[in-house]
Amino acid sequence: MTAQTGGADTYYVPEQSRLAICLATSVAVLILGAAIGLNQMTFGSGDANWTMLWLGLLGFVVILAVWFRQTIVENRAGMNSAQLKHSYALGMQWFIFSEVMFFACFFGVLFYVRNLAGPWLGGEGAKLMTNEVLWPAFDFSWPMQTTPQEAVGGVADQIPANTGTFVGPKESVSWSGIPLINTILLLTSSVTCHFAHVALKADKRSAFNLWLGLTLILGFTFVGFQAYEYYEAYNHLGLTLEAGIYGSTFFILTGFHGFHVCMGAIMLSVQWLRSTVGGHFTPDDQFGFEASSWYWHFVDVVWVGLFLFVYIL
Amino acid sequence: MSEHHGPAKGIKRWIFATNHKDIGTLYLWFSFAMFIIGGAFAMIIRAELFQPGLQMISPEFFNQMTTMHGLVMVFGAIMPSFVGLANWLIPMMIGAPDMALPRMNNLSFWLLPFAFTVLLSSLFMEGGAPNFGWTFYAPLSTTYAPPSVTFFIFGVHLMGASSIMGSINIIATVMNMRAPGMTYMKMPLFVWTWLITAFLLVAVMPVLAGAVTMMLMDIHFGTSFFNAAGGGDPVLFQHVFWFFGHPEVYIIILPAFGVVSQIIPAFSRKPLFGYDSMVYATASIAFLSFIVWAHHMYTVGMPIAGELFFMYATMLIAVPTGVKVFNWITTMFKGSITFETPMLFSIGFVFLFTIGGFTGLMLAIAPADVQYHDSYFVVAHFHYVMVAGAVFSMSAAIYYWLPKWCGRMYDETMGKVHFWIAFIGFNIAFFPQHFVGLAGMPRRIPDYALQFTDFNMMSSIGAFIYGAAQILFLFNVIRTIVAGKKVDDPQVWEGAQGLEWTIPTPAPYHTFTTPPQVK
Ligand code: HEM
Ligand SMILES: [Cu+2]
Repeated sequence: MTAQTGGADTYYVPEQSRLAICLATSVAVLILGAAIGLNQMTFGSGDANWTMLWLGLLGFVVILAVWFRQTIVENRAGMNSAQLKHSYALGMQWFIFSEVMFFACFFGVLFYVRNLAGPWLGGEGAKLMTNEVLWPAFDFSWPMQTTPQEAVGGVADQIPANTGTFVGPKESVSWSGIPLINTILLLTSSVTCHFAHVALKADKRSAFNLWLGLTLILGFTFVGFQAYEYYEAYNHLGLTLEAGIYGSTFFILTGFHGFHVCMGAIMLSVQWLRSTVGGHFTPDDQFGFEASSWYWHFVDVVWVGLFLFVYIL
Repeated sequence: MSEHHGPAKGIKRWIFATNHKDIGTLYLWFSFAMFIIGGAFAMIIRAELFQPGLQMISPEFFNQMTTMHGLVMVFGAIMPSFVGLANWLIPMMIGAPDMALPRMNNLSFWLLPFAFTVLLSSLFMEGGAPNFGWTFYAPLSTTYAPPSVTFFIFGVHLMGASSIMGSINIIATVMNMRAPGMTYMKMPLFVWTWLITAFLLVAVMPVLAGAVTMMLMDIHFGTSFFNAAGGGDPVLFQHVFWFFGHPEVYIIILPAFGVVSQIIPAFSRKPLFGYDSMVYATASIAFLSFIVWAHHMYTVGMPIAGELFFMYATMLIAVPTGVKVFNWITTMFKGSITFETPMLFSIGFVFLFTIGGFTGLMLAIAPADVQYHDSYFVVAHFHYVMVAGAVFSMSAAIYYWLPKWCGRMYDETMGKVHFWIAFIGFNIAFFPQHFVGLAGMPRRIPDYALQFTDFNMMSSIGAFIYGAAQILFLFNVIRTIVAGKKVDDPQVWEGAQGLEWTIPTPAPYHTFTTPPQVK
């Protein structure tokens, strides 16, 4: 790391790096492993073999950690100019925007099904014959507890062939139990995360550690409740991935959100360790924490949308 | 000031690359390789369609060929080629030392060879490669798909990740790395069009990822997003796909607009006419591209209000597009024009793209499209915009900037021959497809009714000619790099404008380590 490193006044253009090719390779192993495992599960006869998937995942996580570590080391060595720091900030912001669009896609699916496709299957408007011919006796309501397939008497009695079996849930998830608790948890965690930020800016290290630690506890509790909710859904409500479109939209939205909460919580945990163990961050240089906190607030906002459109309405 | 490093030796230079020029080169060669592979698939398609009846390949394999041709060309050839151009040019055009995030840049590139190895390997899998068309409509791509669809899905995830990272990099570079004095409204148009393209990519690639993820769930985990038996809807797939797909076609064409907007002024020896309106037109095209997607779905049975909305919104796009065509022509008006190869390709672009735009306008008319939809007319339309549009402009770009990159001039005669063979071959291949399409020949079929024979033969011959022209192109490029006549004039082209023409030729490995002052 010699040539272009001019310290804080020129833009740091890194030397050649092995990180990217290693990461790309492990991602390739990861997806190959996933595809091979899934195909044996669904199309093959034998048991699914997931070895490659785990190998790839391991490589991915390790290399990502090495990568982030290197950028942290560079920053602490003073190689990052203000301009480079701004590049990183822009990178994170636009990454979050892409995540917004990812969720927008699934919300769009939910709205489309609830407001258009569902009523059409039920024979609304010009789609009367769809209902009469293909799915007689199907009435649309949300949450959809009787799938069109069940309405016509099961997979053997439906006109379109070759589709799989979809049995609607016995009950839908009510908003007032775990979801409400989770909403309170997550919204509170956004506030504590903000307090942590304020504390860091004021150079109050122990307050920062405390607020951030609290945020983490709230976040992981959320994940725990969410897991419990899934357990309940599968074991008592009959709400599964196979439970028709209600189950599909429910799990894809809450599932990806839960996954993002986990990611955010892991990111914040790393920042917490950096602060408590490593003594990183100063009142004016705290990008790792800031980026993670942006992500965290984003995940919270998505949850509010989820709470409204998946659970309440 | 820092000492200057040359490139590393051997293969390491490419595998561990962080230099924007190296990565640009990687992208360009990769996309050319894909162009050849995708082209080979096209030749197989045209050979089969040379005569009616089944000649060479089975209908199953034919479907795999149309699918793979489309996927490889769109995601492997055209998109990466423009990312390669962006890598080479954007830092040089805005006076930046490199891309904003060089290591991520390398990652964006290296995901692609893996993604396409996975995708192409599906040709050798049990059940064959994806056969459901490049638009992969459910339930063809879910309930009735071959097992290789899983590999396809993950391949698309990789390409998407690569595109998103590449775009974030471009956005960060343009927003953060401009030299002092390089205000937004002074940026070369190529930079502008790429900034907006990158925005489109970051906005719609995640939606594509969502679409393939739902496919994956339907196939392997029993969900019913695209299955009416469970309360879902196959048409939902089309909505999600085209919400990505229509912006995608502008992702393909906007950088091409940018290229042409650099080249036409250079050879007309006049500044670009209506720079500001070009910027605003690009932005409005990008905005409109989000609200027209269902013009691909006029025949699925949308409510009439939907048909009308999407029809009018689509027609509206013709306005900013027209502004652009008008500006290019006005730039040439009264210019002292010379017709070097880049200019020929650019003029060919303007001419043929406009034809494609007009057929697009015809297709935009919902009641008419009920006739044209899924016919060869659509095939003709999109090849006019994508081949004569994007690929022609890419050829123009290579001829225009290659001397700057490698300090050697291409062979002008060979370049012109390439242009004319490509131009003539292209039109022989695709113009007749308008007629067979209007007469009712459906797309994506290995066999056709006898009355379409003549036009299909013409089409196939034209396609072979166009394909052969690309070999000449490859030869010319390689010859230039190893044995072209040396140029050392920074300007290269008399009328060329912009920062990239102020640095030495060939462009040094590192440029603008200290930013220039732009007046
Ligand atoms: C004036 C501008 C344009 C208009 C009004 C327009 C309109 C349309 C319409 C209505 C269709 C659907 C036809 C059908 O399936 O029945 C279509 C298809 C298509 N257009 Fe365009 N278009 C325009 C420009 C472009 C550009 C610039 C590109 C790409 C560079 C493009 C690429 C495509 C592609 C790839 C398809 C076919 C997709 C498929 O079904 O495989 N179009 N266009
Ligand atoms: Cu479109």
